[in-house]
Amino acid sequence: MTTPTYKSHISSAFNAELEDVRQRVLAMGGLVEQQIADASRAIKESDVELAEQVIKGDEKVNTLEVSIDDECSRILARRQPTASDLRLVYAVIKTITDLERMGDEAEKIAHMAVDLGRDQDHKGGPLPEIHHMARHVSQLVRDALDAFARMDAESALAVAQEDINIDREYEALLRQCITFMMEDPRTIRRVMDIIWSVRSLERIGDHARNIAEYVIYFVKGKDVRHISLDEMAREVRGEDA
Amino acid sequence: MDIDALNAARAPKRIEDETHAIVVKDLDLYYGQKQALKKVTMNIAKKKATAFIGPSGCGKSTLLRCFNRMNDLVDGCRVEGQLKLEGKNIYDKDVDISALRRNVGMVFQKPNPFPKSIYENVAYGMRLAGISKKSVLDETVEWALKGAALWEEVKDRLDDSALGLSGGQQQRLVIARAVAIKPQVLLMDEPCSALDPISTLKVEELINELKKEFTIVIVTHNMQQAARVSDYTAFMYVGDLIEFGNTDKLFTRPEKKQTEDYITGKYG
Repeated sequence: MTTPTYKSHISSAFNAELEDVRQRVLAMGGLVEQQIADASRAIKESDVELAEQVIKGDEKVNTLEVSIDDECSRILARRQPTASDLRLVYAVIKTITDLERMGDEAEKIAHMAVDLGRDQDHKGGPLPEIHHMARHVSQLVRDALDAFARMDAESALAVAQEDINIDREYEALLRQCITFMMEDPRTIRRVMDIIWSVRSLERIGDHARNIAEYVIYFVKGKDVRHISLDEMAREVRGEDA
Repeated sequence: MDIDALNAARAPKRIEDETHAIVVKDLDLYYGQKQALKKVTMNIAKKKATAFIGPSGCGKSTLLRCFNRMNDLVDGCRVEGQLKLEGKNIYDKDVDISALRRNVGMVFQKPNPFPKSIYENVAYGMRLAGISKKSVLDETVEWALKGAALWEEVKDRLDDSALGLSGGQQQRLVIARAVAIKPQVLLMDEPCSALDPISTLKVEELINELKKEFTIVIVTHNMQQAARVSDYTAFMYVGDLIEFGNTDKLFTRPEKKQTEDYITGKYG
């Protein structure tokens, strides 16, 4: 299957609509990426102000989701897209749902950052480690959006594979948090907040993987959800199972 | 990218906010005893495409033919009410019908080129209007054929008979003929019903281009076509204008149940 193109319809208006919706998804993705980066910086630097900014910023992410959804239903009603066009619109609708949820997770992290930042009596916890994981997750989100922008199934596959490492990092951080709490039960409340944040980061990684799966669906026309990474790789490379 | 600007850009336009090329008010039309249009009131937006949809016999073609008084040719046809083109009621007694029809061009269901050369088909209207200067004719013929997306296909055989063109090319030729005399309004009655899907898309793309210069009103049985090409859509049913508004809205959130049933194929 050759990589589909959406730019060569006889109807130039249709080309423009698809390009427009794609641009909006990328703009929304850029915004979400920024939200994640800001939320994790707010945690690391105990920056309450920045965290509050992230909480407020989630509204923009939500509005974008609504407007892109609206655009997609317009396209479905007016153009009756088929084949790769249909898969593109479908992938967009699914992608923005995951982006919106990533935005929600970033907002949750920001709420934790507010709590942690205001708690001046206690310090500590694995904050630098969270930041490290956050950078890893942000990179994954960026890679997923890149794969979407270039409609590149191979790099989408790499995103899905990399999500495994995020999950490992998540488990390692959890163990570390448990150690903190066992050593000094007074930190439990604080470390619980940290655990919620780490959990959110892990979820963001899962959403990035979902986006990667939609990219593969668009490019290859194959549904690669709920299958092993090996099977996914075979589908992307067109090898027989 | 400015997120707020992205979100603001998409509010659907309302017909009330447009400039109106045609204003229809309480238009009744009778074929003998039978009433074919019932108190139709609507505004046609200038330099936009407006589509009329509805089942056979709903009055959409009748309404379209009112716009250049083609119904005058039907025996026993009587029109009441107002139909203003750029502020002038075209049913006033002092209206020059030939001038009106130059201003309001029409393209029909089946392409009807004259048995003349491609060039003469397009130049015909201008010759009628008394233009005979070769350079003006040449220039306008080229402009119109380019506008109708046909120039590249026929520029080397302008003197060949128009009857040798394919159906899709003939339809674009008669569109070129209609736009050559630069009307204000272009009426299209089922312009694609005799064409294959690709020619249909070409004509639709042409409509999209033409509306930069002309007001376009199109009657179509194919509601997907209405959804693709028009800015505003009117749904008619046995002589009544049931719903009229922004095409995006009509095809995603129609207000009337009758419209919903028709566009979703539940009509009957």
